[in-house]
Amino acid sequence: MSLPLLAASAEHGYTAPDQSIFWQPLIGSGAFAITRPAIVFALSAVLIIALLLAGTKKLAIVPGKKQMVVEAAYGFVRNTLARDIIGSKDFRKFVPLLFTFFTVILVNNLFGVIPPIQYPTMSRIAFPLALTIFLYATYHFVGIRRKGLGGYLGGLVPPGLPKLIVPLVWALEFLSVMVIQPVTITLRLFGNMFAGHLILVLFISGAEYMFIDGGLGLKIIGVPTIIMAFVLTLFELFVEFLQAYVYTMLAATFIASALADEH
Amino acid sequence: MTGSLAIVGYGLSAIGPGIGIGLIFAAYINGVARQPEARGMLQSIAILGFVLAEALAIFGIALAFVFQ
Repeated sequence: MSLPLLAASAEHGYTAPDQSIFWQPLIGSGAFAITRPAIVFALSAVLIIALLLAGTKKLAIVPGKKQMVVEAAYGFVRNTLARDIIGSKDFRKFVPLLFTFFTVILVNNLFGVIPPIQYPTMSRIAFPLALTIFLYATYHFVGIRRKGLGGYLGGLVPPGLPKLIVPLVWALEFLSVMVIQPVTITLRLFGNMFAGHLILVLFISGAEYMFIDGGLGLKIIGVPTIIMAFVLTLFELFVEFLQAYVYTMLAATFIASALADEH
Repeated sequence: MTGSLAIVGYGLSAIGPGIGIGLIFAAYINGVARQPEARGMLQSIAILGFVLAEALAIFGIALAFVFQ
């Protein structure tokens, strides 16, 4: 990826990477091109299915290594996220959805730093948006099914407010549930992956330029730059885990608040 | 040297969330220091607060690229 970037920059000095580095069609062009993230996403689906099947093929009471990893991931999503947030009465139905979110986002995010792939799929906004459409449909559907349309919309306002400000609070809560929640959860995942990947490309391609095209001074500055690239890669790894956790936690929170009896 | 002024705007917009996230984790550390057994409960609340504060910074970077 940095090779064409460097070839272009060799004559005109260094050009910093911008959002155009994320558009990488492999087959075809235009809106229906098969792009690099699409292939990475398909790869992630195959990988997750293979890992889960391998981990659950020979189930034993004393788990082997693979089974232990799968059980740890599943137990984390089921107990720490679903049960503690949604509540022990309703959480069971939502565990598959939340576990899917967690594994898909985690594997796709980790692809952002795994060397031969190095493309965080979620840095194209279509991918987090597609996940959020599922979440959006789910939490409205379960909320309306539990309380009825009137009860769901009326339940947005906490009881016991003065009559005068009820319409205002209702409008704010309605806006929050309909627009702000899905937009923020999508943009958060997208923005973190996008910005993180951009920073990594900036530091690595910058260091490459300094080493290859720079004079002696730039070569010396290139050393801390490449160290910083390494440190930021570790930081990205942390952010990738955190974002998978955060997305799943927020998804559980939205479902919990749609199901809650009183606000 | 050329560049986009929008990125400077993003830098400014990151100040607020930065302070906010600092305050949230300061409160979390305080809480855990006073009552270590409440760590699990405080952690999810702290991360929820961190996520809400971080959203503003994320809007900033999205808009920095939109209004270039």
